[in-house]
Amino acid sequence: MQWETVIGLEVHVQLATRSKIFSGASTAFGAEPNSQACAVDLGLPGVLPVLNEAAVAMAVQFGLAIDADIPEVSIFDRKNYFYPDLPKGYQTSQMYSPIVGPGEVEIALDNGDTKRVRVHHAHLEEDAGKSLHEDFHGMTGIDLNRAGTPLMEIVSQPDMRSAKEAAAYLKAIHAIVTYLGISDGNMAEGSMRCDVNVSVRPKGQESFGTRAEIKNVNSFRFVERAIAFEVERQIECLEDGGEVEQETRLFDPELDETRSMRTKEEANDYRYFPCPDLLPVVLDQAYIDHQRQSLPELPAEKRARFQNELGLSAYDAGVLSSSRAMAEYFEAVKDVCGDAKQAANWVQGELSGRLNKEGLDIADSPVSARQLGELITRVIDDTINGKAAKEVFAALWEKEGDRADTIIDARGLRQVTDTSAIEDMIDQVIADNPAQVTQYQEADDAKRGKMIGYFVGQVMKASRGTANPQQVNALLKDKLDQA
Amino acid sequence: MHDKTLVELTDTLRTGDVSSRELTEAFLARIDRLDSRLNSFITVTAEQALAAADAVDAQRGHGDAGTLAGIPVALKDIICTRGIKTSCGSRMLDNFVSPYDATVVEKLTAAGAINLGKTNMDEFAMGSSNETSYYGPVKNPWDLGAVPGGSSGGSAAAVAAGLVPAALGTDTGGSIRQPAAFCGITGLKPTYGRVSRYGIIAYASSLDQAGPMARTAEDCALLLDTIAGHDLRDSTSVARSVPAYRAGLGESLSGLKIGLPREYFGDGLDPAVNAAIQEAVKTYESLGATVRDVSLPHTHLAIPAYYVIAPAEASSNLSRYDGVRFGHRCDNPRDLIDLYKRSRSEGFGEEVKRRILIGTHTLSEGFFDAYYKQAQKVRRLIRQDFLDVFEDVDVLMGPASPTPAFDLGAKKDPVSMYLQDIYTIAINLAGIPGITVPAGFTASRGGQRPIGLQILGPHFAESQLLNVAHQFQQTTDWHHRRPGIAEETA
Amino acid sequence: MAIEHEDVSRAGHLARLELDDADASRYVDDLGRILEMVDQLQGVDTDQVAPLAHPLDATQRLRADEVTEFDQRDHFQRCAPLVEEGLYLVPRVVE
Repeated sequence: MQWETVIGLEVHVQLATRSKIFSGASTAFGAEPNSQACAVDLGLPGVLPVLNEAAVAMAVQFGLAIDADIPEVSIFDRKNYFYPDLPKGYQTSQMYSPIVGPGEVEIALDNGDTKRVRVHHAHLEEDAGKSLHEDFHGMTGIDLNRAGTPLMEIVSQPDMRSAKEAAAYLKAIHAIVTYLGISDGNMAEGSMRCDVNVSVRPKGQESFGTRAEIKNVNSFRFVERAIAFEVERQIECLEDGGEVEQETRLFDPELDETRSMRTKEEANDYRYFPCPDLLPVVLDQAYIDHQRQSLPELPAEKRARFQNELGLSAYDAGVLSSSRAMAEYFEAVKDVCGDAKQAANWVQGELSGRLNKEGLDIADSPVSARQLGELITRVIDDTINGKAAKEVFAALWEKEGDRADTIIDARGLRQVTDTSAIEDMIDQVIADNPAQVTQYQEADDAKRGKMIGYFVGQVMKASRGTANPQQVNALLKDKLDQA
Repeated sequence: MHDKTLVELTDTLRTGDVSSRELTEAFLARIDRLDSRLNSFITVTAEQALAAADAVDAQRGHGDAGTLAGIPVALKDIICTRGIKTSCGSRMLDNFVSPYDATVVEKLTAAGAINLGKTNMDEFAMGSSNETSYYGPVKNPWDLGAVPGGSSGGSAAAVAAGLVPAALGTDTGGSIRQPAAFCGITGLKPTYGRVSRYGIIAYASSLDQAGPMARTAEDCALLLDTIAGHDLRDSTSVARSVPAYRAGLGESLSGLKIGLPREYFGDGLDPAVNAAIQEAVKTYESLGATVRDVSLPHTHLAIPAYYVIAPAEASSNLSRYDGVRFGHRCDNPRDLIDLYKRSRSEGFGEEVKRRILIGTHTLSEGFFDAYYKQAQKVRRLIRQDFLDVFEDVDVLMGPASPTPAFDLGAKKDPVSMYLQDIYTIAINLAGIPGITVPAGFTASRGGQRPIGLQILGPHFAESQLLNVAHQFQQTTDWHHRRPGIAEETA
Repeated sequence: MAIEHEDVSRAGHLARLELDDADASRYVDDLGRILEMVDQLQGVDTDQVAPLAHPLDATQRLRADEVTEFDQRDHFQRCAPLVEEGLYLVPRVVE
């Protein structure tokens, strides 16, 4: 039987506010345990929440970025359950009237096409604290610094049909929130994590199969791997005549598998009801218009502009617009060197290669966009050749110089384009290699084409790489043919 | 000294006839001598009070003194006080020393008031008789065999017995007004949102409101002048200017339109209470008011709606008492669930558990719409009753409670206890203000028991209510009557 | 709507209250009578009525995104039953 995979994602994005969603405590990462848990975060008797305006603005900006409806009224509800990292015994969230209504996100597929994934809604809620399981005499330690950090949960429709689409969707969400600057998108620190709903159904069947929810997947790669495993598991189960159980599962990246989180606990009953300590949030059109005006250029718009105005390929435009940092870096390089294609090649080639190798983010690149732009300028104006450019790049990376020009001069990498100087070097090479010259002259045209490489290499070596290779090639041909 | 009103005491202090220390010592001595019979205080903060009084005395004559400079007050033990035990009448918080002050405490402190201590109350404000307190029941100063009412029974009894000139209470379904009526004092529940709830331990967040309890309406006005106002830390507090309440007293009642809700004079109303209320209404007519019958047709639904909404909110508000960050924690928990279950079962009393269970049940899957949602809809109908009737009349009048204070231990069945609040509960659901003033007495086995007149007004009509109550107190002397214990000297 | 023994047990568990059988039976009784009183709500026609969550028709005020609270951990942990190295301790949580 042919199976079809159906995937929906719930993405939790930590919003980049300075203070918490309902209190004035700092959200900074990495503080001493409980040093950023104020009276409100601790749920001390008598405390009350007051909503952070930045969290609201960020959620609205996200909504506008995905063309969603922004309802005039949204309401906070309490989700009631006991857990040690949940200080009040309830999480303040939005169950019935979320701040962002239905919208859609465009994702890029491998074949260059795009697909629209519908977003059901996005809502605001508070994060919980952290349980630390190191040994405290067999007890668990609770750190509530993270409690009350603003989260936006983005719930998609079950519109994705493969692990790749799910990963592309997650990347698109990542790009949007980082473009908007509403989250640092740092998945390793938990600023973005997602729950994946996966089911399979026979191809052609309209109704959905029973789904499993994989909790807390925290990287693009894990999303793909978790789905791949889960799909295979479900298909195997169905083909063996079994039934998929509706349950919550965990992805274990070490074993590369998902496993059931079945506990003795019966199904929870969260008893949602409107939080009586918070009033309805009412956003008027003027507010929404104001937020709309503050939106930066978004990934899809940037991708289109890179393609249409800068003449980049669909692939290049996609890669270079994939993150705000990448796009900004690329545009800065392009502005310095004035050549979009060269800038695209360098950013995706030499720079990305090196960043990947070192495991660095583009924002932490040792070579600045200005440095790279100036280097490319010297390639374009023939001051240096490609080989020398790579050496200069490496030197910039190692901080052996501050500017491309200084390095070029210090190392004498300036390309030799003076014909007589190159001719002198060629004459010397011909004089030093009489046997090879004879062989060359006795060879036919096809062979000569191959053999000339040897002489080019010798001349380049004599020039310490600074001779213009095209010039060397042309002049060598003339000389050898005449000789 | 203890028979003086708050207003008289401010004058006495201002003239320098007596120092704040002397005043504070006098009241502390009364508490020390008399409260063992009443049990109205959970904590007496003698040392801090005397230090604060000395500070006010030292400051006197140097610059502006606060409006309550040097005046002793007491706070219901539901109000968080930094460095002072704040128990909420519960074993759960018997060991809880609040690390912060409630906004109302900050305001009182800024005005120079001296906190004598924390008054007894029904556990987590759940009760109408003060019998659910972990610290034992409070006795009614008029009759030690009677309840003082609840849940602010300690505040009411302390003021009535002259242990403190005024106190703060909180009112979720009548908890200021009913004990004020039972103890023969004046108590005001302001409009929801008029006084900050920050630092007041939540029972039912959409109903809770703090207010003054004192001898007279004028004293209540003086206190409300201090505690009312918008608070940035309470989203439900109202950003609306605060009128000068005390300065607003003295308006003539000529032309005042009084409505008597038919539903507040039906079956179950004690004849003596009815007679006292009718008498009070006649007094108002003599002051120039006109009276008419009106109807609040959904009155009978107030208690059912309240006993869905309040326990639902309470079940969630009280989830934070889990033995982890503060409050009671059971000994040697076997595991997490045992920590939760035993800490909470040991920490909470019977009535609190009952309401948590009701609230949990009515919010749970399959019941939510039928109970909670329906109660919220009925809540709108109840509010609408008041909005409609206030189109036609300025204030409503009626009894604060169907009977005067009942005997300790008389109401064993929870539902019959709940039905006591028939005249006070709808006011919280609607969010409107209400005040009760002493309006008579009825004879009982142990002596006289006070009767309270309740006056209700539209949202933010506190000024009018206080004036209407004040004018009554200019022509009657019920509020000057003292129980025997108040006549005793320390 | 009647309340059964298992409803009370379930609510007790959700609310993390320890109820033995005798407790539960007593609460079935108490809660039954309370719900019977509450059931008066069921007869009211509210089809055209919107729920009312707050007594005033006010809307949420927003707070500026500023850090206004600073570390008071030691102060706040003075009322905590069990802390170590700044952490609140609970019996081991099994993930």
